Amino acid sequence: MSNLLPLIKNECIKIIKRKRFYVILLVLLVLVPMFTYAQMKSAERSQEKFNSDWRLELQQRITDNENSLSSDRVPDEWKRYRQIFIQQMQYYLQHDVNPNQPNGVTFTREFMDNAISLFIPLLIMAIASDIVSGERTTGTIKMLLTRPVKRWKVLLSKLIALIMFTSLIVVSTIIIAYLISGLAFGYAGFELPVFTGFRIVGSEVDMSGVHAVSQWKYLLMQGGLVWFVGVSVGMLAFMVSVLVRSTAASIVIMMASLIAGTILTNMASAWSSAKYLFMVNLNLTGYLAGNLPPIEGMTLNFSLGVLALWAICAGIVSFSVFTRRDILN
Amino acid sequence: MKERAEEIVLSIQHVKKKIGRKWIIHDVSFDVRAGEIFGFLGPNGAGKTTTIRMLVDLIKPSAGKITVCGYNVNRQQEQALRHIGSIVENPEMYVYLTGWENLEHFARMQPGIDQQRIGEVVEMVRLDRRIHDKVSTYSLGMRQRLGIAQALLGRPRLLILDEPTNGLDPKGIKEMRQFIRQLADEGMAVFVSSHLLSEIQLLCDRVAIISSGRVLAVGDVDELIAGNSDHVIWDLSPAVQGKRILLKLDYCEIVERPEEVLDDSLLAGMPQGAVVTRIHSAHTPKAVTALVAAGVQVREVHRINPTLEQLFLQMTEGERIE
Repeated sequence: MSNLLPLIKNECIKIIKRKRFYVILLVLLVLVPMFTYAQMKSAERSQEKFNSDWRLELQQRITDNENSLSSDRVPDEWKRYRQIFIQQMQYYLQHDVNPNQPNGVTFTREFMDNAISLFIPLLIMAIASDIVSGERTTGTIKMLLTRPVKRWKVLLSKLIALIMFTSLIVVSTIIIAYLISGLAFGYAGFELPVFTGFRIVGSEVDMSGVHAVSQWKYLLMQGGLVWFVGVSVGMLAFMVSVLVRSTAASIVIMMASLIAGTILTNMASAWSSAKYLFMVNLNLTGYLAGNLPPIEGMTLNFSLGVLALWAICAGIVSFSVFTRRDILN
Repeated sequence: MKERAEEIVLSIQHVKKKIGRKWIIHDVSFDVRAGEIFGFLGPNGAGKTTTIRMLVDLIKPSAGKITVCGYNVNRQQEQALRHIGSIVENPEMYVYLTGWENLEHFARMQPGIDQQRIGEVVEMVRLDRRIHDKVSTYSLGMRQRLGIAQALLGRPRLLILDEPTNGLDPKGIKEMRQFIRQLADEGMAVFVSSHLLSEIQLLCDRVAIISSGRVLAVGDVDELIAGNSDHVIWDLSPAVQGKRILLKLDYCEIVERPEEVLDDSLLAGMPQGAVVTRIHSAHTPKAVTALVAAGVQVREVHRINPTLEQLFLQMTEGERIE
């Protein structure tokens, strides 16, 4: 029967002509310079303070954190987080590697760490949230579904287009972050070593698996994880877009659950079954850096599994609802 | 059967639809043949659009069967929908694309439609001057025409138009009628819904009349509508005397409240002091003679069609008598 390729082409044309992707690029082009500027300011400040000796600065941060450990006012979860941080920083110090050396690649790496759980999912939602509900709001879905194409093919073409644009968003975020921050910090830094493989056992860090990778490899691994998060969130937003007729409602639902995720994560939850919620599992790059997971017992594989499960369920729901539902509006 | 001139293109058999707990469509059956314009007449909320949505597989019937060119619309969607071109409700296209891009979009969804075909349909609906403008700049009439162009892309055997003259100016309505007639003459089956009796009368060959989810009647437009029109407007001078004479005739019945039987447009155009009667066409000449004999001037005798409500009333009354 009719081929999928022209359908995917249609969806891509619609996304581009609706200028959604340009808006995303514009957001990046406005925000990344802001972050770069902030980063530059803080780099200047520490340079003045420590006479551009990063070892001194790192040592200072370690002592600061150590001091706070003795305070009673600091909650236990924070202490655990700081203990782990101290151990990692000491590791960097011992191996004479500056973890925060300012350059374009390091900025990009840190930016991706911060963007993975909220910023990138939001950008993806800009496309995913109305990819189906938008057709329902405008009524064009009637034209779309009265053509001689099976409904699952129509939906699949939309999903494939969404995944294509998700990939494009992740790649362009990395490229834009690198190009813009490079103006301020220089474009070097691909070969710098980054330590990964920290394993957290209780409040101790198991260093046995720690190894250095060059920063470009690390960035690649990050990119993969960010892409995975992007696709999972995209699938969920896609499902909401199928279920809800109004685009506004669809955006609100997804935003609320993403923000709920960051709140839950920050609550350092004692509610351990919350780890099965997709929104607390978004910070995949945290596992690479060896951060303390939001809830005890979460690992990279666990989070990947939870996200994959949510994404697959979202896909099943989307397709079974879309192919059966009566289009009444 | 396919060789016959009056091949059945669309067949609806005992279709029912329940939405929530409510039966929206009770039992709808009719056939539409090639080369005819079939009217689907009913007031708003009678189930016209719901039925149309079932014809194009936007919603599935709860019971019954719909076939297009022999293919079941709900089971063999791809084969059935290939023969249908449709506009359901308003012609909603992608406003951020140009007319041409919209047509290209829909052309990609069906094999065998090339650029040349797109050019053909654009020419057919006479949209060539504005086809490369964004749809957001189009008037309602232009959107309607673009919608029809979209429907015609795949050379359908059955064209479904939901209230096609909605929002068009009188000139546009006239052109639309001519255009639809031309399509039917080329052998296409055209299915047109409307809530306006006059519209169906002017356009259609056959009609199905639907009210609250039930088909009240299916048949030739002339038989169903013209056969039921027994109202006459009399413009007499002097009016009072004329009315008195008409009152005396036993085959003529004065309608005291014309607003109940007349369309608003007719009511507005009615001369001052005009009298509305129910009278069979066979008796009209006798009445005129009687009026003239009494010295009343007959300025105008005008037979009018019943309103949709009236037609329903007569049809349901008829049912009860039978």
